[in-house]
Amino acid sequence: MNRARLLGVVQSVAVAGVLVFFWQVVADYRLVSPVYVPGPDRIFDALREGFGGGDLGSTLLATIGHLAAGWLLASIIGIAIGAVIGSSPSVRPYINPILEFFRPLPASSMFPFAMALFGLSNQMVLSVIAFGALWPTLLATIHGFASVEARLLEVSRILGMSRFSVMMKVQIPNALPDILSGMRISMTVALVLSVVGEIMASVNGLGLWVLLAARSFHAADLFAGVVLLGGIGYLGAQVLTVVEDWALRWQHPR
Amino acid sequence: MIPVVGLIIAQIVVARGHFTSDAIAAPSAIMMAGARALLDGSILVLTGQTLAAVIVGLGIGCGLGVSIGSVLGTFPTINRSMEFTVEALRPIPSVALLPLAMLIFGFGYRMEFSLIAFSAMWPMLILTRQAVAHIEPCLIEVSRMVGFGFLNHVVKIILPATLPRLFVAFRLAAGFALTVAITVEIAANPLGLGYAMITAQLSLHPALMLALLIWVGIIGWLFNGGLLWAQRRLFGPSATAGLEQ
Repeated sequence: MNRARLLGVVQSVAVAGVLVFFWQVVADYRLVSPVYVPGPDRIFDALREGFGGGDLGSTLLATIGHLAAGWLLASIIGIAIGAVIGSSPSVRPYINPILEFFRPLPASSMFPFAMALFGLSNQMVLSVIAFGALWPTLLATIHGFASVEARLLEVSRILGMSRFSVMMKVQIPNALPDILSGMRISMTVALVLSVVGEIMASVNGLGLWVLLAARSFHAADLFAGVVLLGGIGYLGAQVLTVVEDWALRWQHPR
Repeated sequence: MIPVVGLIIAQIVVARGHFTSDAIAAPSAIMMAGARALLDGSILVLTGQTLAAVIVGLGIGCGLGVSIGSVLGTFPTINRSMEFTVEALRPIPSVALLPLAMLIFGFGYRMEFSLIAFSAMWPMLILTRQAVAHIEPCLIEVSRMVGFGFLNHVVKIILPATLPRLFVAFRLAAGFALTVAITVEIAANPLGLGYAMITAQLSLHPALMLALLIWVGIIGWLFNGGLLWAQRRLFGPSATAGLEQ
């Protein structure tokens, strides 16, 4: 990191600090009703109390659990099915119309159906997360496998490579950038659906936490939940960036 | 082909099995329920409500996103100092603010507008910032040499240079907006298609619920397809090359 870049980071953090300070002043002078928007100090207190004596920690873990389980399930299914569809041109024309219909379907519209199937349970939440998070990864995987340079496949056939080594050496490296960017979108979708699912099914998690906080007019608790949800989204994206840099390091040889 | 075969199999299984379910209905029953809702106009009213929320919310969100994004894209200093704030606010999922919106606005259109606007704002903001920041510097120089005023500069230089990218961002934001609208309606707001789906499910009318689900799918498909068509029609393949997905 060079000096100009570092300076930029310091500057932008400082500006954010000033904005938080202004927010504090606005809250202290009650320019906005504290029922709706509490000051940063009260949100910080709510976070400390929630993690110290309260059950905010387990609530946070529950949401991360929903997110991770649904997302991993979707990724595994998406990559597996996507690999099959993507590497067989004869299957694609049959499957594509179905995919094209489901892709723009708002995933949360599956909640009523899932509620009827599974009741108000963890399975219901997980099934909708997995369903919604499936499409970005699935479509990206199909694209990644379908866009393998035809000559590479010819070469591997001439070399007499086995199906398995073609997959490991040609198809997966070609599809990996697509798969990872699909998984990134899937993670955003999964976080949204975790929150909605927890609200719908009253399952323990940050979604239910913010809903109950709003119902009992505990705005500080509500904002604490929102802060944590933003934090999950941010950290999840950062983790994926690290994974991406590591898995695709061959793309940028030093 | 496959869906048709699937439908026929489903119809035969359900018709012969004589079972009743809260989740699944025979395809014929779904079609009947859908036709009834279409004929008495209720489904069109609901669609109107959902789309009205989408359009207004999208309008507000795009307006905010484009204006903030173009300020950030034009002035690198402001952009650098706001970077942390933007990155800290952006990952907040819009539905996390659903309880807050309920608290502030109560039920109704305003609450739905605010959440749709929030979710539509971010893609517009980020992509506008990028588009404005990467305008060909020569164009800016030309504008300065010709002596364009601010208005001419925006209308004749900035807009034509960024419009294709802005439309791609708009398409993304529009997809988010529809998703958020349906989500908000299902989870809380007593309006539109989402609410109709959840009431149909809770009152044990799986046929109507599934008919609405299929309708939502068709709306989403048409919405997405319409925007794609407009993009190709307006800008052609070359203008948006390399921007897909």
